[in-house]
Amino acid sequence: MTAGSAKALALPLAVLATFELWARATHLQSDSLAPPSDIVVALFGAFADLSILAATRDTLFSAFAGLAIGTIIGLAFGIAFGISDTLNRLMEVTVEAIRPIPSIALLPIALIALGFGYRMEIVIVAFACVWPILILSRAAVRSIEPRLMEVARALRLPPAQRVWKIIIPAALPRIFVAFRLSAGIALIVAVTVEIAINPLGLGAGIMLAQQALRPDLMLAYLVWIGAIGYALNVLLVVAQNRLFGRAALSGADR
Amino acid sequence: MASAAKRLDTVPGTPAPQIAFDGATLVLGGKTIIENLSLGVQPGEFLCIVGASGCGKTTALRLAAGLYQPTSGRVNFDGQPMRAPRREIAIVFQDYGKALLPWRTAAGNVSLALEAAGMPSAERPARIEELLRTVGLPGHAGKYPSEMSGGMQQRLQIARCLAQEPKTLLMDEPFGALDAMTRQGLQDEVLSLMAASGATVIFVTHDLDEAIYLGDRVIGLLPHPGRIGIELAVNLPRPRDQLSTREHPEFLRLRRQLFDFIKATEQ
Repeated sequence: MTAGSAKALALPLAVLATFELWARATHLQSDSLAPPSDIVVALFGAFADLSILAATRDTLFSAFAGLAIGTIIGLAFGIAFGISDTLNRLMEVTVEAIRPIPSIALLPIALIALGFGYRMEIVIVAFACVWPILILSRAAVRSIEPRLMEVARALRLPPAQRVWKIIIPAALPRIFVAFRLSAGIALIVAVTVEIAINPLGLGAGIMLAQQALRPDLMLAYLVWIGAIGYALNVLLVVAQNRLFGRAALSGADR
Repeated sequence: MASAAKRLDTVPGTPAPQIAFDGATLVLGGKTIIENLSLGVQPGEFLCIVGASGCGKTTALRLAAGLYQPTSGRVNFDGQPMRAPRREIAIVFQDYGKALLPWRTAAGNVSLALEAAGMPSAERPARIEELLRTVGLPGHAGKYPSEMSGGMQQRLQIARCLAQEPKTLLMDEPFGALDAMTRQGLQDEVLSLMAASGATVIFVTHDLDEAIYLGDRVIGLLPHPGRIGIELAVNLPRPRDQLSTREHPEFLRLRRQLFDFIKATEQ
């Protein structure tokens, strides 16, 4: 904790304290708002009966499974399109036609095909994650130093080794940035699917609290989702710096 | 080597060239870069190519490497047409910083060539150590290219090329970005390495002194389109010496001739 981050916390804490005082003074009765102290109590309650932990497990399982599948598919296509100009031109219209479809719009189809549960949610998360990975890994492969590809040609490196030993390591810093982006998207989409329809995870927890007219619990879930998203990003930024150091930064803004 | 010897028998008196440009023309984007280039490079020969910038020296080297295919005419290696790069031909690029893998250590960069050749992993460490010692980088195996000076990085690239056990080494202004002292040291090292291995060298440079100092033969290219303008045999005694060779009357005569040629092409 530096002086800078302490300063950054000052304003939110002041707002929360003011809100708390105002809610207590006016004896706030609301279906959508609750004083911060009530939210904290509700959060502890949800931890005590383990309900929020089970919901977290369900949401993260769906988000990570979808992220993993989406990353594998996006990476395979992105690298292939980045290497082969012919393949890229052949698929460009298809990709650009499918990509703008909001993943949530697939919900009715996925629901009919797969029903409620993890599978349907994982498919939708995977669909959402494919595109940033595909587009950014394609760009990463295309921007590899041409000299490295010439070295690979001059050494007569077989195609599989060319991908594994030159292309992937050279593009990895930028691919990781795409992965970080997709991880955030995975969490958002998973919670959205749960709020919209799927009766599991943190999203369903929010809906349940709302229907039970428990704004304190509903907001406790929101705070917790925010904390998870924040922790996930911090974790990935630390991993990125450990793995690639300055290379990741230069890869990101290139 | 066997095929070269056989051809020697079939064509008495004229040794078979290892690399032969036969009326090679290269047109890129509607522009003729190289026109009707015919040139034979003998096994073990050290050929230097000089010329004003933009005269197609690097392009000629890339034709010899198989990185470009001639639009018309042929480029042969050991009597076979060059359709793609070959493992017997190694290329030392000028921009060593871009030609090395930044995520691999010095040992890892040398290893890449051994991996490409399919050497079993158990045999690689000994060979890598030997190669790094050969180019004067013992004890730097664990360093990344970013932790090495320009001269060391270029040595590393040469080590990777030697790992290919090339019959021919193509060098594209390899010392152009290095300071004078480092350059002289590397010139002498390349000469002794090549004398030891017997490999053929085509060495592109814009430094006329360097070309005469290193080469058995120097070719000067004329620009737009690139073609041979002058060909000089360098009959200076070997081993060459940075001081006495450069003061040799023959060296000075060739230097004068080459400077006059370059000056005339620039007008």
